Amino acid sequence: MKYTIKKLFSTLMTLIVVSLCVFLAFNVLPGDPAIRMLGLEASDELIEQTRAAMGLNDPLLVRYFRWFIAFLQGDFGTSYSYKVPVAGMLLNKIPITFSLGIIAFILTVLISIPMGIVTAKYENGVLDRIITVFNQIIMAIPPFFSGILITFIFGMILKIFTPGGFVSYKDDFFGFIKYLIFPSFAIAFPKIAMTVKMLRGNLIDEAGKDYARTAYSRGNNTNGVLYRHVLKNAMIPVITFLGMALADMVAGSIVVEQVFSIPGISRILLTSISNRDYPVVEAIIMGIAIIVIVLNLLVDIIYRIIDPRIRIDD
Amino acid sequence: MIKRRIMKKKGTSILMVVLTTLTVALSGCSSDKAGDSANSSNTTATSTDTATSTQTDADASAKADGNATTTDDLSKLIVGIPQDIDGLDPHNSTGAGTREVFYNIFEGLVKADENGNLNPAVASDYTISDDATVYSFTLRDGIKFHDGSAVTVEDIKYSIERNMGVDGSEPLIRAYSKIDSVNIVDDTHVDIVLKEADSDFLTQLTVAIIPAANEHPDTTPIGTGPYKYVSNSPQENFVVTRFDDYWGEKAYIKDVVFKIESNMDAIVMDLEGGSIDMMARVTSTQANQLSDKFEVYEGTMNLVQALYLNNDVKPFDDVKVRQALCYAVNPQEIMDFVSDGAGTEVGSAMFPAFTKYYMPELNDTYNTDIDKAKELLTEAGYPDGFEFTITVPSNYGQHVDTAQVIAEELKAIGVTANIQEIEWNSWVSDVYSDRKYEATVVGIDASTLSASALLSRYVSDAGKNFVNFKSEAYDTAYANAQATQKDDEKTKFYKECETILSEEAASVYIQDLPEFVVLNKKFTGYKFFPLYVQDIAAIKPAN
Repeated sequence: MKYTIKKLFSTLMTLIVVSLCVFLAFNVLPGDPAIRMLGLEASDELIEQTRAAMGLNDPLLVRYFRWFIAFLQGDFGTSYSYKVPVAGMLLNKIPITFSLGIIAFILTVLISIPMGIVTAKYENGVLDRIITVFNQIIMAIPPFFSGILITFIFGMILKIFTPGGFVSYKDDFFGFIKYLIFPSFAIAFPKIAMTVKMLRGNLIDEAGKDYARTAYSRGNNTNGVLYRHVLKNAMIPVITFLGMALADMVAGSIVVEQVFSIPGISRILLTSISNRDYPVVEAIIMGIAIIVIVLNLLVDIIYRIIDPRIRIDD
Repeated sequence: MIKRRIMKKKGTSILMVVLTTLTVALSGCSSDKAGDSANSSNTTATSTDTATSTQTDADASAKADGNATTTDDLSKLIVGIPQDIDGLDPHNSTGAGTREVFYNIFEGLVKADENGNLNPAVASDYTISDDATVYSFTLRDGIKFHDGSAVTVEDIKYSIERNMGVDGSEPLIRAYSKIDSVNIVDDTHVDIVLKEADSDFLTQLTVAIIPAANEHPDTTPIGTGPYKYVSNSPQENFVVTRFDDYWGEKAYIKDVVFKIESNMDAIVMDLEGGSIDMMARVTSTQANQLSDKFEVYEGTMNLVQALYLNNDVKPFDDVKVRQALCYAVNPQEIMDFVSDGAGTEVGSAMFPAFTKYYMPELNDTYNTDIDKAKELLTEAGYPDGFEFTITVPSNYGQHVDTAQVIAEELKAIGVTANIQEIEWNSWVSDVYSDRKYEATVVGIDASTLSASALLSRYVSDAGKNFVNFKSEAYDTAYANAQATQKDDEKTKFYKECETILSEEAASVYIQDLPEFVVLNKKFTGYKFFPLYVQDIAAIKPAN
């Protein structure tokens, strides 16, 4: 109980700090949202009237608390540049960015875990060496560059997908998923490489420990020791990593959505920043912060399920 | 030990979250070229050109067959637009990019055509009283809104009054403060009465006529244009379909999707791959990379690109210094470097599309003459030149390139120009609003089809006079032009204004930038307008 309250409190504090940072950042940045909305030809009187109507003339803290209280009540405000409620606008975009992150995550898990096991099992074998070398290279390629490479190879040369040919999930769900697979790979590649390297190292590490030798002496064969004993222990840090990686993938989609022209949350975020549309920016940043916090929490919980040695005092 | 490590992780997790989100926010601010140019068009004071001339290798060798499902279907046209629509209410959307799309959906009492004439639209006819204070309109017979209802004179009154800000609020359009009243004469006639004479006021009446009965103009746009609104999705697309009850010549293409192309580097790939059929304002580099599947239309952007000088700061408060810069800068050299020689030279604050007012002879006021420039500088007291800063919005590649050529050219007369690239929002607040700058390179376009749209900003006390130009002779000439009702006299006074700007060297006028529009050869019929407009109704299948 105490733990839960503490956790909730720290979550709230984090959100307040994050939202305040965004608010302050916008206060420092040049650019007046009213001019942004009305254009350079607008009269000073109209700009002043609009600023007053938008509440931009109030002191910073007044504006902040007004926004924060509305946010707690579930009112995210109205977008300055689209003049529609932020919540409804983002709701349509969330499935896009989430699908991207989830497909990338599934790809990462499906590819990296078997590869990690194989490389550890046949340590220093030919396959292991080849994969390790490739891993090093892939880890060094940032998603935006692999995105450009993928577009060029699969889009322009092999013509497996049409660059920029994004279709909405509302119009054609299969086409939507199909288009997202390549961008997902761009996000997943570096994560796959890191996970493989990590799992391989952990497995080799754990296999050298006393309990593994004991397991052998009790008559287990290699596979038995690996899957029943070593893998479980080796997975714990990997799960932490994957949890953080999932959060990172949502953030990683910012660049990849640009490269692949995907109209998801990240593209809205970028354009809203240059439009000084801070109701939208605040809502998205808060969303990202909440996702990161929730994923952290999930990692903690999974931790405790997998490894009974870990107990957090109540 | 594990426990300790976990506790420690928690302590840092808050920091992690803050840092991650801040990184996200700040990485958005560091000027992403494509994103910025996509969004900086919320203005009439700069050109919305494609931002960058650098291309990825991927684009450079991009060649592909149109294998998309949509391109073979000639009843559908996908138009790439560089920025999103800023709201669906035509009266509250100021973005130049929004105006060019809305041209197809909304119409005013009058409507501009490709030659710069204003033709009757919602009104079938109009008369202007001799003293230019009463504008009388006849409602077009049988004209309908997209929802099928008939347009009434009440709708016209409502639309005009909405822009006037009747309930004591500020007018949405500056010029509408001149309107005294909108009077319904009978079921088919409306009079717009002005407080003072203005023979140019017709140019302001292209404002959209929308139904008074529509309670939600910000979510359900209803107009009278050749296309009607279907749907839109932020940062994705804006979809319209042909309005079959349109009063005039109906559109050829049934469905039109305006697709937001915020990634300027992907345009060549998207065109070749078939995900868009048409794109306006591509760079000459991009146009050159396209295969012969595309027709490249070359026009002009209809703006005045200049090295705008702050006439209030030293040394630009001295007319001789400004003239010296005019003698030193060679527009042709700039055009050659920036866009392979394309572009049209301008010698004053007027671009060639305004044929009636454009004065090509002013291009020769200052033919490049380094000796003369040096002489003028010596007379002004700067025999060894001086140093100044050109502030350029970084998202406009052509303006940045131009500034670089100018800096090179000025070295010949011993003047050092430092180039400072700033983000668009900073430009708006520092240069345009606060006028804290020495020189800047941008393009200024016209928001209406009137010469005053370009010339009014040079009046000494004008709010838009960001170059701080001051000349009594100019103020008089401009006032005369506004006062007279005779067209030839008006033109004469406007030309006098242009001549003064040229002789006083208000700024170093350079060119009207070239505009390249690419259209898939399956379609034809693209027309350039002297305003910021894409007339999709004129585009038809090639065969």
